[in-house]
Amino acid sequence: MNTLRILGLCLVFAGLYACGGTDEPVGPPDTLQRGLPTDAETLDQHKARSIQAADVLRDLSEGLVGYSADGQLIPAAAESWDVSGDGLRYTFHLREGLRWSNGDALVAGHFVAGMRRLVDPATAAVYVDLLSGIENAAAISAGDIPVSMLGVEAPDDRTLVIRLAQQAPYFISLLSHPSTFPIHPPSIAEHGDAFARPGRMVSNGAYKLDAWVPGALIALKRNEHYWNNAATAIDAVNYHVLVQDTAELNRYRAGELHTTSTVPPDAFAQVRAQYGDELHVAPYLGVYYYGFNLTKPPFKDNPALRRALSMAVDREQLAEKVVGRGEAPAYSWVPPGVNNYEPPLSSFASLGKGEREQLARRLYREAGYSENNPLRVEIRYNTNDTNRKIAVAIQSMWRDVLGVETVLINEESQVWLANMRQAEVTQVFRASWMGDYNDAHTFLSILQTGNAMNMPRYEDEEYDDLMERAAAQGDEKQRRLLLEEAERHMLSDHPVIPLYFYVSKHLVSPQIEGWGDNVLDYHYSQQLSFKAADSQ
Amino acid sequence: MLRYTLLRILGAIPTLLLVIALAFLMVHAAPGGPFSSERVLPEHVEKEIERRYHLDEPLPKQFLRYVSGLLQGDLGPSYSYRDYDVDELIADTFPVSLKLGALAMALALLLGVSAGTVAALRQGAWLDKFVMGFSMTGISIPVFVVAPVLVLFLAVKLQWLPAGWTSEVGLKRLFLPVVTLALPQIAYIARLTRASMIDVLNRDFIRTARAQGLGTATVVRVHALKPAMLPVLSYMGPAIAAVLTGSVVVEEVFGIPGLGQQFVRGASNRDYTLVLGIVVSYATLIISLNLIVDILYGVIDPRVRYR
Repeated sequence: MNTLRILGLCLVFAGLYACGGTDEPVGPPDTLQRGLPTDAETLDQHKARSIQAADVLRDLSEGLVGYSADGQLIPAAAESWDVSGDGLRYTFHLREGLRWSNGDALVAGHFVAGMRRLVDPATAAVYVDLLSGIENAAAISAGDIPVSMLGVEAPDDRTLVIRLAQQAPYFISLLSHPSTFPIHPPSIAEHGDAFARPGRMVSNGAYKLDAWVPGALIALKRNEHYWNNAATAIDAVNYHVLVQDTAELNRYRAGELHTTSTVPPDAFAQVRAQYGDELHVAPYLGVYYYGFNLTKPPFKDNPALRRALSMAVDREQLAEKVVGRGEAPAYSWVPPGVNNYEPPLSSFASLGKGEREQLARRLYREAGYSENNPLRVEIRYNTNDTNRKIAVAIQSMWRDVLGVETVLINEESQVWLANMRQAEVTQVFRASWMGDYNDAHTFLSILQTGNAMNMPRYEDEEYDDLMERAAAQGDEKQRRLLLEEAERHMLSDHPVIPLYFYVSKHLVSPQIEGWGDNVLDYHYSQQLSFKAADSQ
Repeated sequence: MLRYTLLRILGAIPTLLLVIALAFLMVHAAPGGPFSSERVLPEHVEKEIERRYHLDEPLPKQFLRYVSGLLQGDLGPSYSYRDYDVDELIADTFPVSLKLGALAMALALLLGVSAGTVAALRQGAWLDKFVMGFSMTGISIPVFVVAPVLVLFLAVKLQWLPAGWTSEVGLKRLFLPVVTLALPQIAYIARLTRASMIDVLNRDFIRTARAQGLGTATVVRVHALKPAMLPVLSYMGPAIAAVLTGSVVVEEVFGIPGLGQQFVRGASNRDYTLVLGIVVSYATLIISLNLIVDILYGVIDPRVRYR
């Protein structure tokens, strides 16, 4: 054997290997190509947690209700519903002839099975609390009573009755969330928990799962058995997993994607100039905020200091100059655009810059700090370019206005998360919250005592009381007023500094029709179509 | 020869065990957990999930459970892909990385050795300077710069090639990633070959060969290439390791579902079993490759066996 022969063999082997078969489908020519910023962790609707998994699931499956492209609640698997006078009993009438993607009939019992699986403690479902308003749901998920006692039943194959323990005007909108969708019991019987994989998954949406290459591609194709199949224009959808936003933009520029999931921050101005109408920027149900650790000094029992720091932040400059992608400066906790809600603004929102800063300095002094005795504080954020820019800007605002000495600590995201949850070493931390449904409750509830997402550890009796009274309130207007009062009260306490409200940012190819911007940022593939060739 | 081979294989086992133990400790020492996110799970749900994946057990017990699974060929369930086992994910992604790596290595050897040889024969001439200049550039510019530049030029501007893996099937999509991955290796191998070839060409036996009237081509092919290849061959182990680790960046930029990409995402998602599974696979691979190179060395140069 000689060296050359070894090297030659390697070459031949590599060549042969590379010419081996290919694996995943590219789809028919009119396949919709979409960018997805992270892969779905699972397509089991009860184990899925990410926004991306939910996006894909809304293409694959369908709940009782859905949303139109412009963000209006519309009937989906249910063609209509009645609500009892006391608002506690919902009766849904399913469409005739609903079918699963394998042709099996879809009956109301499958919705019952889905909701039971959601609250069953054995499922360990991520969104187990989403339907906690249903009669007995909380006791079932705590393991106290059997799952069969859930207040959901199917008197016949096309009727579903849901009984609530307490009125919740937003309840109907929860039913567009994938974790409330029906399940196909024979699939679970056959495959157990691993039913949501290509070749096994049976779904009831406009599309069915064709292929899944973890880390790269989720391919869907038309579900012929879908009740509204005739209205589905696009035959196949490919979700390309593109973690790097610049890689996604390049794919769009190369004509390989029809829609992107975002736009890279650094390229935003250039993209706007280059693509004009192809760029869609719209308000989104999400708030970017700084939280105070309220369990330890210096922020514990020190609302004046918290208020001073909050007032020293120039939110306009932050939103327009530092982030600069159409974000709105945040003077409230609940974003504007939420259904049936008018967010109250912080009392200083109307003040001019000079006046606001003067007041901030006075409060800072009242809290016991001065030039000679400045506040020394740490801001923790998870490593990310935008987070860093914002932290640097706030560091300089606090220094210039108050003389605060700020140390910036950037942490790998799991480290940051662990520190935030333990509330031991944190002082000020960056965080964000994205609403799960279009109601103020999804934002306000996380600051209630004991909520797992209550990162600042805000505990306030009056706030909790107002929230509970709102939950018990049947009248929509009264409920709204109570929620607004709760928010006003919380804002005056400054457990958090809301900085800006998120926007959704997408590039949408001019070939695509039917795209609508909405606060939920839902874009069902079944509502999109390709423009006819002659109209391009 | 057999004794030499066996000794080498025995020596590799403790190394592998050490790698597994260290990797296990390191992934578990990192703060956070596979199921923590900004959207915190209800406490009872988090407990149930941890119980199901045995994450509530003491660490030594988890380690023993992992190693005993490993001995039965079970790498455990993935935490970030909740419907998949780690073996499945590795089985799906490893061939992709292997294909990429094998092609890049083949390209690197072909071009690197040829360019190095030509440069050695034309020592000091413009061709030599060009090859060396090029290879210096290839070594200095990191993959994460080369990849986006190539994409921007060949895929976005000229649209000759796909910018991403999933936009095409077949050989076309392999071109950019393979070239990106191979560039630094071409450069390195060219420099190695050149230096070693110059050394060999000045030896006495080459002079003898030339004195017998053989042409340059024959001298190089028959007499010089084999001894000149020894340094290149021993560089193969590190080169393959470099290609495998380099593929992490390339896979991320081109959106290729390979092992490297899974590794990076697994680490940031605290997918302990996936990260460990990939470390074990990489370690086994690199140790085996070094083993093979050692053994081949013994075949090519008999002196090594008796040392």
